[in-house]
Amino acid sequence: MQMQLHEDAPRLVVPDRAEATARMKIDRAGWAVRSYARFDRAAVMRVTRAVAEAAHKAAQEYAEWAVRETGMGVVEHKRLKNELSAHPLVDFYENTDLVNPRVDTGRKMVEIPKPAGVVLALTPATNPVSTLYYKAILALLSRNAVIFSPHPLARACCAHAAARLEAAAVAAGAPAGLIQCIEEPSVPLVQALMASPKVQVILATGGGPMVRAAYSSGNPAIGVGPGNAPVYVDPTADQTLAAQRIVDSKAFDNSVLCTNESVLISLAENANRLERGLRAAGAHILSEPEVGKLRAWLFPHGHLNTAAVGKSAVWIAQQAGLRVVPSTRVLIAPVAQVGLDEPLTREKLCPVLAWATAETFERATGMAQMILRMTGAGHSAAIHCEDPQKAMDFAAALSVYRVVVNAPCSQGAAGFATHLAPSFMIGTGYFGRSSVGENIGPQHLVHWTRLAWNSDASVQMGDFGAVRAPFEGQAPAPRPAPAPAAAPLAEAGGMDRDMLRQLILQELRELTRGQS
Amino acid sequence: MFNYGFFNFDSKAELLDKAIEYWNPGKTKFWQDAGIDLVIDRREGYFLYDMSGRRLIDLHLNGGTYNFGHRNPELVATLKSALDYFDMGNHWFPSVARAAFAEKLVKTAPGMKYAIFGAGGAEAVEIALKTARYATKRRKIVSIIKGYHGHSGLSVATGDDRFSKIFLADRPEEFVQVPFNDIDALERALRGRDVAAFIIETIPATYGFPMPNDGYLKACQELCRRYGTLYIADEVQTGLMRTGMMWGWQSYGLEPDMFVTGKGLGGGIYPISACVVTEKCGGWLHEDGAAHISTSGGSELGCVVGHQVIDILQRPEVISNVHFVADFFHRSLNQMMAAHSDVFVGIRQRGVILGLEFDHPEGAVAVSRALYENGVWAIFSSLDKRVLQFKPGVLLDVATCQEIVDRMEAAMPRVRALLRSPRRAA
Ligand SMILES: Cc1ncc(COP(=O)(O)O)c(C=O)c1O
Repeated sequence: MQMQLHEDAPRLVVPDRAEATARMKIDRAGWAVRSYARFDRAAVMRVTRAVAEAAHKAAQEYAEWAVRETGMGVVEHKRLKNELSAHPLVDFYENTDLVNPRVDTGRKMVEIPKPAGVVLALTPATNPVSTLYYKAILALLSRNAVIFSPHPLARACCAHAAARLEAAAVAAGAPAGLIQCIEEPSVPLVQALMASPKVQVILATGGGPMVRAAYSSGNPAIGVGPGNAPVYVDPTADQTLAAQRIVDSKAFDNSVLCTNESVLISLAENANRLERGLRAAGAHILSEPEVGKLRAWLFPHGHLNTAAVGKSAVWIAQQAGLRVVPSTRVLIAPVAQVGLDEPLTREKLCPVLAWATAETFERATGMAQMILRMTGAGHSAAIHCEDPQKAMDFAAALSVYRVVVNAPCSQGAAGFATHLAPSFMIGTGYFGRSSVGENIGPQHLVHWTRLAWNSDASVQMGDFGAVRAPFEGQAPAPRPAPAPAAAPLAEAGGMDRDMLRQLILQELRELTRGQS
Repeated sequence: MFNYGFFNFDSKAELLDKAIEYWNPGKTKFWQDAGIDLVIDRREGYFLYDMSGRRLIDLHLNGGTYNFGHRNPELVATLKSALDYFDMGNHWFPSVARAAFAEKLVKTAPGMKYAIFGAGGAEAVEIALKTARYATKRRKIVSIIKGYHGHSGLSVATGDDRFSKIFLADRPEEFVQVPFNDIDALERALRGRDVAAFIIETIPATYGFPMPNDGYLKACQELCRRYGTLYIADEVQTGLMRTGMMWGWQSYGLEPDMFVTGKGLGGGIYPISACVVTEKCGGWLHEDGAAHISTSGGSELGCVVGHQVIDILQRPEVISNVHFVADFFHRSLNQMMAAHSDVFVGIRQRGVILGLEFDHPEGAVAVSRALYENGVWAIFSSLDKRVLQFKPGVLLDVATCQEIVDRMEAAMPRVRALLRSPRRAA
């Protein structure tokens, strides 16, 4: 008898169920969106509000779940992010009508919004549920259906959250299948789905390779590149306030937002004042030997130690063999150089901030650009200053599409402490190899059909006052299907634990190679 | 040249000549006369390709055989995988594939106990009728007029005499027929307490899917109980989610003594059928399990495929898709009927089983032809040519469904022209 390596290994190869089922989800989404795309604006807002309310109510539960499942971030901050991605996000777009046709008699043009259709949305391990909330709301506001492919590290909380939002949408009269989630996400599966001709657009948030894969899929994609925000504190700024904002921003959810400050740049002349402010705000400024220890732990062989992502400053200090007081919120590492030769000036996604000092404003701006040249182009930067000319010069010189002024960058660039659009997708534009340079909103999921009349004055456009709108209102949806039962982690697609762990590790490596 | 490696043909015409010469002249000529010159070549998903390369959307599905479309990739992979390990198997012995599939099947059907396998629908009907005779020790079988249960010895005797008389297989003393939806007629037939079984398609397919009246099937079942007759549900076309539930009888709240399934059970890639019975009916399996034998019935390859077929049908995504497809055709066909009420006069529907009524004795033959000319293949009902069988698959997507409706709309002028012409469709 032939010896078998594993007694229990299957004797027959079972076709990939996860992929077959995911393709069915795409078809189902196609059906759902067919009817949802005919909802009128009132019905759309009713569904969206109902989903936002369900999201809001579960904000704490999923904040806890995400931290438990991924080991990253801070429950309280995750709750806040979840909450911000519910009603305030809808509030922001309350007056952005993506449903009714626009009639422009002056230009003799009528514009009819056409939703994309099926949106394939990737969600990262760092901001799993907040990103899911955000993308779901964007899809609903723009009358699209969304299928989530969560990062495997956060798949359980995402699957659960998606099912809850779907249930809320259905209860509010939406067709079943508008919000779905892949239960067994994997890299090959996501790649296969991204290439599906039945997916109209991919919203890719994740590691750099995943974003590139989205753009290589052959489908329209909105992918955003990694951040690595430089923050410049000018002598004209209120040093105490600036320091407070920077430390708050870095401590927020342990810096997992891709908009968090990565490298602080200041001039020699205000270094002392700034340092006092930073200490007062809860930062630990490392000594030169301490910087060496931290660098060795955080960037072994020059690569980011992924264990640090989303962890607290105290925990990281402990791991790196540093002694800090328990109230420490941020570790600040003074560095002599920025750019390729100093790994600490790369994206870290943890409450570690590199601090470089320049002689002049121009030199500081040059440093900031040097950092972005390495990674983070197209993303975010921040400046604390009271001189409008400097703010202008700084922003004009940098390869970023948003510069947050006198605000915490984590929240500010993501639209939560500024008037930028609230977003978990920070468009990195052409600098960052992306198709969109602004914060992604529901308007990016809609294209418009334009009826354009002859511009000759003799040609009349006609009266559109009584023309029927192209929707049927809320149609009675067919019966919703029972929610699929999520399989326990150990049984994922017949994978054993080791394979799964390998997969997760590999994903994590990708994730931290460039996280948006 | 059509080179298929194993054999080749110079042209479609040559193939048709050979089909007439060696295979079946009657069938071949019938379609030629009907204006449907289809020789299915390539097939994929819900699309068929004629030898000419012309594409057709398949709404015939051979009665649900291609419920999942043609050569569904997951099922093809399943069969290939099974072929790397199994073959048909030895029907004398218990086998892992048969036991696993039997369990899977029985568990879909509350109240049922055993699954007895065959290779085709008629064979499963045969098993059901023999089982009924064994269990009741009665000989008579009642079925409905224009019912259809296959063409083997016992099954063909239950059906239209067009198919039995020609082979001298009609047996009026043992096989009684009553009109559909006529509960009194059934009572008269059963009253003598000498009827083994009443067999009925949950929705009679070949008759054009006339819908059972409210309460009719339940009343039939009650009469059967009262007179000691076994109720056999023929689910060959109504099973496997086509009514929106796994089994059509479930959707009518029935509890049959036996039911029969086939066609789509093998996913269109490996023939398998089953007669599923209650403990009460399954006595012969204890007394003499080899009383019914079939070398290819319950082939292990078919069991592996069937197991996966059931698995796919149980996924929430599929269940949801069926509802969407059913809902879509409900709405769009009603709209279409309103616009073409001069010829298109009725819609019979339950789930993705539809019969479309046309106001002409041969109306559906004309529609079938007009649709064929417009890239859609749907067949008329053999036993009621007013009715077009309209059988969309459970995995259809939006785009294909919309295309079906568009093509149908485009075919309507041709339907009118065919119905008006004196020579008619066929
Ligand atoms: C309802 C019904 N029962 C039984 C059969 C017979 O099945 P088969 O042709 O596989 O013998 C058919 C075939 O069309 C059928 O439609």
